[in-house]
Amino acid sequence: MTTVSTPPTVAHHHGPPTTFISKYVFSTDHKVIGKQYLGLALVAVTTGMVLSWYMRFHLAFPDAKAPGLGTITPEQYLQLMTMHGTIMVFFVLTTAPFAGFGNFFLPLHTGAEDMPFPHFNMMSFWVTLTAFLVLVAAFVVPEGPPLAGWTAYAPLSAVGSGSGPGEGTGQTLWAISIFIFCIGQLLGALNFICTVLDMRTKGLSLARLPYVTWAWFITSVIGLIAFSVLSSACVLLILDRVAGTSFFIPAGLVVNDRVLTHAGGSPLLWQHLFWFFGHPEVYIAILPGFGIISTILPAFARKPLLGPRVMIGCMAAIGFLSYTVWGHHMFLSGMNPTSAMGFSVPTLIITIPATIATLLWLGTLYGSKYRFTTAGLFCLGFISVFITGGLSGFFLAQPSIDTYLHATYFVVAHFHFVMAVAAIFGIFAGTYFWFPKMFGRMMNETLGKWHFALTFIGVYAVFMPMHYLGLAGNVRRYSSFPAEYMGQALPLHKWITIAALFTGAVQLIFLYNLIRSRFAGEQAPDNPWEATSLEWSTQSPPPWDNFGGRHLVVSHGPDEYGVQSPRGDYIMQTDPP
Amino acid sequence: MTPKVGSPPSAARTGVWVGMGAIAMAFAAYTSAMMVRREGAPDWHHFQLPSILYVNTVILLASSVALEAGRRRIGDDYEVGRAARAYLSLALGLGVAFLVGQILAWRDLAGQGLFLATNPASSFFYVFTAAHGLHLIGGLVALAYMLRRVRVAVGPGTYGALGAVALYWHFMDVLWLYLLGVLAVWL
Amino acid sequence: MAKLFAALVAVITIVSTGIFVARTWWLPPDISVVGPSIDSQLVETMVAAGVLFVVSQLTLAVFVWRVSDEKKERPIRRFPGGATPLVVLATALVGVEVLTLSLVGSKIWYNTFLAPVPANALKVDVQAGQFAFYFRYPGPDGTFGTPHPDKIDEGGGNFFGLDPANDIDARDDIVTAELAVPVNRPVLLTMHAKDVIHSFYVPELRLQQDFVPGLVIPLHFTATQVAKTEIVCTQLCGLGHYNMKTYLEVMSQADFDKWLKDQAAAQ
Repeated sequence: MTTVSTPPTVAHHHGPPTTFISKYVFSTDHKVIGKQYLGLALVAVTTGMVLSWYMRFHLAFPDAKAPGLGTITPEQYLQLMTMHGTIMVFFVLTTAPFAGFGNFFLPLHTGAEDMPFPHFNMMSFWVTLTAFLVLVAAFVVPEGPPLAGWTAYAPLSAVGSGSGPGEGTGQTLWAISIFIFCIGQLLGALNFICTVLDMRTKGLSLARLPYVTWAWFITSVIGLIAFSVLSSACVLLILDRVAGTSFFIPAGLVVNDRVLTHAGGSPLLWQHLFWFFGHPEVYIAILPGFGIISTILPAFARKPLLGPRVMIGCMAAIGFLSYTVWGHHMFLSGMNPTSAMGFSVPTLIITIPATIATLLWLGTLYGSKYRFTTAGLFCLGFISVFITGGLSGFFLAQPSIDTYLHATYFVVAHFHFVMAVAAIFGIFAGTYFWFPKMFGRMMNETLGKWHFALTFIGVYAVFMPMHYLGLAGNVRRYSSFPAEYMGQALPLHKWITIAALFTGAVQLIFLYNLIRSRFAGEQAPDNPWEATSLEWSTQSPPPWDNFGGRHLVVSHGPDEYGVQSPRGDYIMQTDPP
Repeated sequence: MTPKVGSPPSAARTGVWVGMGAIAMAFAAYTSAMMVRREGAPDWHHFQLPSILYVNTVILLASSVALEAGRRRIGDDYEVGRAARAYLSLALGLGVAFLVGQILAWRDLAGQGLFLATNPASSFFYVFTAAHGLHLIGGLVALAYMLRRVRVAVGPGTYGALGAVALYWHFMDVLWLYLLGVLAVWL
Repeated sequence: MAKLFAALVAVITIVSTGIFVARTWWLPPDISVVGPSIDSQLVETMVAAGVLFVVSQLTLAVFVWRVSDEKKERPIRRFPGGATPLVVLATALVGVEVLTLSLVGSKIWYNTFLAPVPANALKVDVQAGQFAFYFRYPGPDGTFGTPHPDKIDEGGGNFFGLDPANDIDARDDIVTAELAVPVNRPVLLTMHAKDVIHSFYVPELRLQQDFVPGLVIPLHFTATQVAKTEIVCTQLCGLGHYNMKTYLEVMSQADFDKWLKDQAAAQ
């Protein structure tokens, strides 16, 4: 028997929300959920950054008293470090570019009224927020947060409080928080995938989707697999910690003078499960940035992206390859050395789509009539910092070189450039670009340009010297350096600390701009950037049902810039054919 | 009052497929953990699976059959007769019976002195069956919710949602058969 | 603003590359048989990466500079040849580089971790625990006694949990807190972890390897110069991680023999 098919653009028919709670708190409106995620990310990034200031302060001035903490002890340093990494990777780099902007703009890009499962979507934010609260609860339990790093290697993370301060309740809260986080992200990924597959408006083929929408789609698919695996790993870790199982704990361990009764578990098993998630996770962090740059660059270059299908292919290739490389975090971990070569080759091969993408951006920039707005500048900055970060990966991908550079500051430089700088630049570009649409007001361009210039200088000042430290053999995750160790490195650490505090202070310009523009910024027109995708064909901010009940018909691709039209030099996706 | 239309049928089904992918990956992770653990361990103790598991399997498969029977008895004009509702309720009841049977299996093991942390094989038995059971409870909640909805109003959206729930339910069967196989052979 | 950005990119590129080239902060001199090949692999990678870094960043700077003149009315120009030459260039260039580095690198990797250990290698047992390394030489009988976790008594100096009363092989084992080795002789370490994952890192040897609880991991090297260097832990192991270190002393064979005799006497 047959079912009557419903037009795919109709998600649900209901009136706009009326109460304060249903409008701003428990809202099923994807736009509100997106803003909630962005708000969470803002709180998280501020927290994470403050934690890093304490870390850097201690590294440069080990005996000085830090404001509010006194002299930082070795365990406190590691606890700061663990929470810094966990908060930044999970609650900033996965939420802002993906859940934040994605939730707000994905349905707009597909011409839908909302996502197909709005209640799951709402749940995904509240579940993620719960995960954040569970995590920061670790700050207030008696022994404090865990100290095993965001990577939480077993047995350090699995044997309980004997292995170090914070390894009791704090570590358990960490594992529970991350498990809850996985559930939240899976609920979100579900909505993203179904929106892209089933909710595209008439005429909007997959090929006509904006690049950032493709990026969110690919990221969702990656996340679906990665977060599922991590959730299982967290369950097994929790069981080892509280139920006496031995998934990750081998026999014969003597911790704190006690012989443990666990037996037969494998610490490497945790690493395999964790990195099977962990490597795709970093592509979850950067692919939305790829998409954002690929969408925004043409808008300000006033010409289409060079190689549109190639770019989508690159993003998909990176997504696929991300699952073949996890062992490059484990070259020296004790796994069979032969497998190291097996992981090294795909790691090096991932360089190819990343290089092609960079060349396509440069080729788009070539011969353009570039509009150097703040968003446009952050796109260009992204290209520079992504090149830097990507090239350092080239070294680490080779096991024979990694033998020297593993666990040194070279690694810290690499992942900060690609994640803390490039991905964040993507978030900044997205913010400056989409703020007018989200809030109906323009951000201040002068403040934005100062923010950009000082941040660009600052991030290079902070992270470029870390390569030098790594080459000199400066080991990472050390809470301090005794005088004889790396004596010549200490001045460089002081430089990095001062640069980090400076760059952190510069972000106050951004924060001020954000808040002031939200309430007192110039009114924004529907399409201030003369951009083409569907969100620009509705009001700023969009009405509750996105398009005022209109069913859009799309006749054009997402980056028809540099073409003569009644509008000027661009054709919007919804313009007549 | 405007009738409340559910999510479009195609999106609901896509959603279930996506969810199935995620759940499959989670169990793939547990499976690979078990394989690694089994290989490296001198302390792996095989044990006989409680025979009630096979009874439970039949019950679960029967519940899927009942669910399909009920779904297909919904008329061309989306009318849900007593027969359809009866089969759907039967499916729900059999699902609950399966869970009860799983708990009996656990008690059987506990009686043999096999608890969660006793040895790695028993650990994985409990982890697999508990994880499956929890996901099944999710399906039960969805099924119970659908049972209420078909009493109130039916239309293409509700019918499509029921189809999506049925798809999830059958996946729980397939997953269980896979787990039973893994447990019977590898444990 | 655009020109400022282009200038910044250029300056940052040139300055940072200059510091790499000047080797202001650089690897310590290597004292290992595999050192020269690792260093040359590193330098080759650095040259390749450095060229790509300079060319790509300066291209960005030049492109930005050239499109920064907002007053000139200029038609929009498509990149000559479109996307295809870039795809081909990237694939070919990176592909060749990847293949070369993998082939050369795999030989070095093999020599470090997969090559069979020479029969005359000096065997040393190593245990890492929170927060110290201990080493064990097999003594005149050439065999190691069996370690027992339940017999470990740090206060009493029984770091490996040996049972000399019942275990003949354990009676002449020599336990030390520092690693001494003779120069130009292969050394085979067998690595155990007492509690959590640790790591063994000697930058001058260009060598690093994790200690994994539950595994016994072999690691071999040959030191080519007399030297005293640090061995540091590089895998986060708890609050004492930053201070978990000891020394490697490479000595002449004669000095080593004397050192070992002195250590044995002090057991």
